[in-house]
Amino acid sequence: MNRLRATLSPYFLVLPGGLWLAIFFVIPAVFMLSLSLQTGDVVSGFSPTWSFSNYTNAIGLYHTQLLRSLAYGLAATILAIVLAYPMAYWIAFHGGTRKSTYLLLMLLPFFVSFVLRTTAWSFLLSDNGILLAPLKSWGLLPADFHVLATAPAVVLGLTYNWLPFMVLPIYLALDRVDHRIVEAGRDLYAGRTAIFTKIILPLSLPGVFAGVIMTFVPASSDFVNSQVLGGTANTMIGNVIQSQYFVASNYPIASVLSFTLMALLLIGIFAYARALGTKDIMEAAAR
Amino acid sequence: MGDTATKSGGHVKTVVAAGEPPAIGLVGLSKTYGSVHGEVPAVRRLDLEVGQGEFFSLLGPSGCGKTTTMRMVAGFEVPTTGSVHLLGEDVTSIPAHRRDVNMVFQSYALFPHMTIFENVAFGLRRKAVSRSEVTSRVGQMLELVELGGMEKRRPGQLSGGQQQRVALARALVNKPRALLLDEPLGALDLKLRQSMQIELKRIQREVGITFVYVTHDQSEALTMSDRIAVMNAGVVEQLGGPREIYERPASRFVAGFIGTSNLLSGAVAKVVDGHAVIEPGDGQRVLVETTAAVVGEELELTVRPEKVRLSATKPDGDCCRILGDVTEVVYLGTSTSYAVRTDTGADMTVFLQNGSDASDVAERGDRVWLYWQARHSYPLTPVRPAEAAA
Ligand SMILES: Nc1ncnc2c1ncn2[C@@H]1O[C@H](COP(=O)(O)OP(=O)(O)O)[C@@H](O)[C@H]1O
Ligand SMILES: [Mg+2]
Repeated sequence: MNRLRATLSPYFLVLPGGLWLAIFFVIPAVFMLSLSLQTGDVVSGFSPTWSFSNYTNAIGLYHTQLLRSLAYGLAATILAIVLAYPMAYWIAFHGGTRKSTYLLLMLLPFFVSFVLRTTAWSFLLSDNGILLAPLKSWGLLPADFHVLATAPAVVLGLTYNWLPFMVLPIYLALDRVDHRIVEAGRDLYAGRTAIFTKIILPLSLPGVFAGVIMTFVPASSDFVNSQVLGGTANTMIGNVIQSQYFVASNYPIASVLSFTLMALLLIGIFAYARALGTKDIMEAAAR
Repeated sequence: MGDTATKSGGHVKTVVAAGEPPAIGLVGLSKTYGSVHGEVPAVRRLDLEVGQGEFFSLLGPSGCGKTTTMRMVAGFEVPTTGSVHLLGEDVTSIPAHRRDVNMVFQSYALFPHMTIFENVAFGLRRKAVSRSEVTSRVGQMLELVELGGMEKRRPGQLSGGQQQRVALARALVNKPRALLLDEPLGALDLKLRQSMQIELKRIQREVGITFVYVTHDQSEALTMSDRIAVMNAGVVEQLGGPREIYERPASRFVAGFIGTSNLLSGAVAKVVDGHAVIEPGDGQRVLVETTAAVVGEELELTVRPEKVRLSATKPDGDCCRILGDVTEVVYLGTSTSYAVRTDTGADMTVFLQNGSDASDVAERGDRVWLYWQARHSYPLTPVRPAEAAA
C-alpha cells in the first residue's frame, strides 16, 4: 500500500499542472490544429477538408513576416543580453545589502500595463516628440529624421518590454556564484579578466540560456510593439495572425500561421539547446 | 627555537636553516576588522617565521585569528599593520593573484564547471605554461594524490575525500613558495581524516614544499607538524615542536588547550637547587624547576596525566607527591583514566597503561598518593593581560 502510494504520489503532484495544461493548452491546440486544416468562411461555416495546402499557401503569402519576426526577436534578444548582463552583474556583485531594492527599481516600470508602456515609447520616439524635437531644432538631426515606423523602433520596444526576463535569470545565476570559488581563482593567478571569462561568465551561462528562451519566444510572437512603434512596413507575424483572426475572420489561416510560428520557435529552441544547453558550453567557455 | 629532531618518527629535519630566508616571514602583523559593533582585533602583532620545507601548524580555538592570518599571507586581506614576506621578499602590497603562495580552502572551492583536469590545470594555464608541460604536470600531480584516471570527471561526481585531493593537487601543481591549508580536513569524517593526515605528510615529504596548516584539532597538529604555533585571541601563546608544546606548555591556555592537563597551584615554600617547592602539608610536596620563583608567591604548574602514578602508600624519594581521593575510574581499553580530587582542591586526571603490573590500581573512593618526577612539572607563565580581559 505504501509502495503504491510512493509510486503514485509524484503523479498526484503533477495533477493540477497537468490538468491546467490539458484544458488550456492541449485541447485548444488540438482544436486549432483541426481548424488549420479546414476550408470555408465565417458565413457558410468551416468544414474539415484536410487541406494541407492551407500551410503552403499561408507560408507562401507571409514568409516575409515570419522571417522578420524571428529576426526582430533575435535582435531584441541579443540587445537584451548586452543591456541585462552588466545590470545583473552590478546588482549581484556590487548591490551589497540593497540587492532587492535595485531589482525592484528595475522592475518598477513593468508594473505598468504592457500596452501603456509601449504607447509611452511611441510618444517618446515620435517625430517631433521630446527626444527628437530638440535634436532637430539644434540641427543635430535632419528634419525628416524619424525613429517611429522603423525596424529599430520595434526592436527597441521588444528589448525594453522583455528586459526583466533577461535580467532576472542572469542575476540569479550570478548571485549563486560562490565568492570562495572566485577567491580560489584569484589564488590561482587569475586577474580580473580571467576571473570573469573563466569563472563568472561560464557559471552564469545557464542564466543567459534561460533568459534567451524567455525573451526570444515572446518577443518573436509579439504584435503590440510592431503595431504601436512599427507602422505598416514592419509588421510581424503576430500582426498577421491577429488581423486574420479578428479582422478577416479567416480562422484557418490564423491557425496555420500560429502553428508555423510555434514549430519554428520549437525547432529553434531545440537546436539552440542542443548546441549550447549542455555543460560543455561552460567548459568550453572556461578553457 | 624548535627541537623537532627529537621526534620519534625517524626523519630529522632542521628548521629555519641559517642563511636561508624563511619561506614565510610575518613581521608585526595585525588585522582589525571594523564592524557596526566597533573594532574587532582578529590578529595582534604577530611575528612568525616559517622555514623552507617545514610542516608548520597554526593551532588554536575557533575565532582566534587563524583564518585571518592565512588570508593575509595569501593576499585576500590587507594587514592593518605589519608586513608579509615570502622567501625574504616583502609581498604585503602584492595582490593575491600575483603572490606565489597557494591555498587549500576548507570548502575546497573547486570550479564546478570544469573537469578535474581543468581544475588542476587552472593555475598553470594562467601562468602560460606550455600545453605539453601542463598535461604532464597535471598528470603527475593527479598520480601523487592518487586520482589518476579521474581527469574527465567533474567535482560533483567525486566524494568529499577525493575533492579534498583535487584541491590539494590544484594548489601543489603550481609549486608555490608555501602551501596554506585552512582546516583542510574539517569536513571529512574521522576515519578519512586520519588517513588523509598520513597522506598529507607523505605528499609534503615527496614535494618538499612548505606547508602552513591551520587546525583547531590539537591531536592533528601534534601528529603532523614539525613546529606548532598555538594561537589564542589573536596572539601566539607558544611556538615550538609538538613534544615541547605538549610536555612543556608555556601558559595556562596552552596547557588547557593541548590534551588533558592537570593544573596545580600553591604558595612557594622554599627554593632549593633551582627548584621551587610547594608544601601543602602531611608530607606532600610539589617540586618544579624554575628560576623565577619567589618564596611566598603563588605558582601555577602543570603535569601531564600520563606522567603521574598512583600508590596506596607514601612513595619514597625526592619525587613530587600529593594526597587525594579517587572520584572516578574509566576503563579505556589500553589504559585507565582516574579522576582524583586532591586535598588541595585540584581535580587531577591520571592515565595508567593497563599492563600485567596491577600494583598501582585503585578504585573509586580510595585514598591515594599521586606521584611523579619533578622534571615533569612545568611552571606556567602568569596570565596575560589580553587573556584576562577576554
Ligand atoms: N570579515 C570579517 N569581518 C569582521 N570580523 C571578522 C571577519 N572575519 C573574521 N572576523 C573576526 O575575527 C576573529 C578571527 O576570525 P578567524 O580568523 O576566522 O578565526 P579562526 O580562523 O581562528 O576561527 C573572529 O572574532 C571573527 O569573528
Ligand atoms: Mg577559520
